[in-house]
Amino acid sequence: MSLALVRLDDRLIHGQVVVGWGQPLNAAFIVLVDDEVRGSEWEQDLYRMGVPPTMEVVFASLAEASRRLPEWEADARTGIILAGDIDTMAALVAAAAGRITRVNIGGVHHRAGRSERLRYVYLTDDEAAKLRRLASNGVDVSAQDVPTARAVPIREFL
Amino acid sequence: MSELRGVVVSHADLASALVAAVRAISGVEDALLPVSNEGCDPKALAARIDAAVAGAPTVLFVDLPGGSCLTSAVRLAHGRAEIAVVTGVNLAMLLDFVFHRDLSPAEAARRAVDAGGRAIRTPAA
Repeated sequence: MSLALVRLDDRLIHGQVVVGWGQPLNAAFIVLVDDEVRGSEWEQDLYRMGVPPTMEVVFASLAEASRRLPEWEADARTGIILAGDIDTMAALVAAAAGRITRVNIGGVHHRAGRSERLRYVYLTDDEAAKLRRLASNGVDVSAQDVPTARAVPIREFL
Repeated sequence: MSELRGVVVSHADLASALVAAVRAISGVEDALLPVSNEGCDPKALAARIDAAVAGAPTVLFVDLPGGSCLTSAVRLAHGRAEIAVVTGVNLAMLLDFVFHRDLSPAEAARRAVDAGGRAIRTPAA
């Protein structure tokens, strides 16, 4: 499988993804799964600005990503899949029907109603329950903002 | 029109350090404000930047030409002539900026690109 990282990160494409993970993984493509960004060429241009020309960026809606996942898995190059919110990630994992076995929580930041679980993970109780459900369905869910940090298993912070 | 201000938007503590350095070198106290992306999602960061802008004509000086600081800054500036965005902020461009604030945001942004770019060189050793 060429998808080296399936990441939940509300900052979407940013330095930790492109440099922190992209460099050591030698990632050749990033798939950004986000319905809003998929519908906005202006936002897509904005996200492309943070990516070197050697790295391909694919903007996909949730429906497109669910359909094209096998294509990206079969790609000979190494890729990263990104989603910015828990509902999108949970839906993608469900659509993958067991092909996504590991989810990295890279950053879910402070917002009204959320409480701190880790320095870079803030969740409402409802969001925490959704992540626990993901883990109880057999997905390895852990938090790790950058590769040099320890991967913190979900049971240690939820 | 009120005098132009600058808001430095960065990862971690870089913005605060740059603003402190400009104050120490120039003595100009009121031209720049720092904003960090620490601990916030893109919407919260945009709100932080918006609070720093406070409706005044502003140049947003962003650290990297991509990533969360840039996307939040550009979203905020989109369609607003009173806000301009420059990436690749460095100390030289900020020092030039604080003494040339009688410009429009767009003019000041172009000047910052020139001043910042001129500071990047390899002097003969």
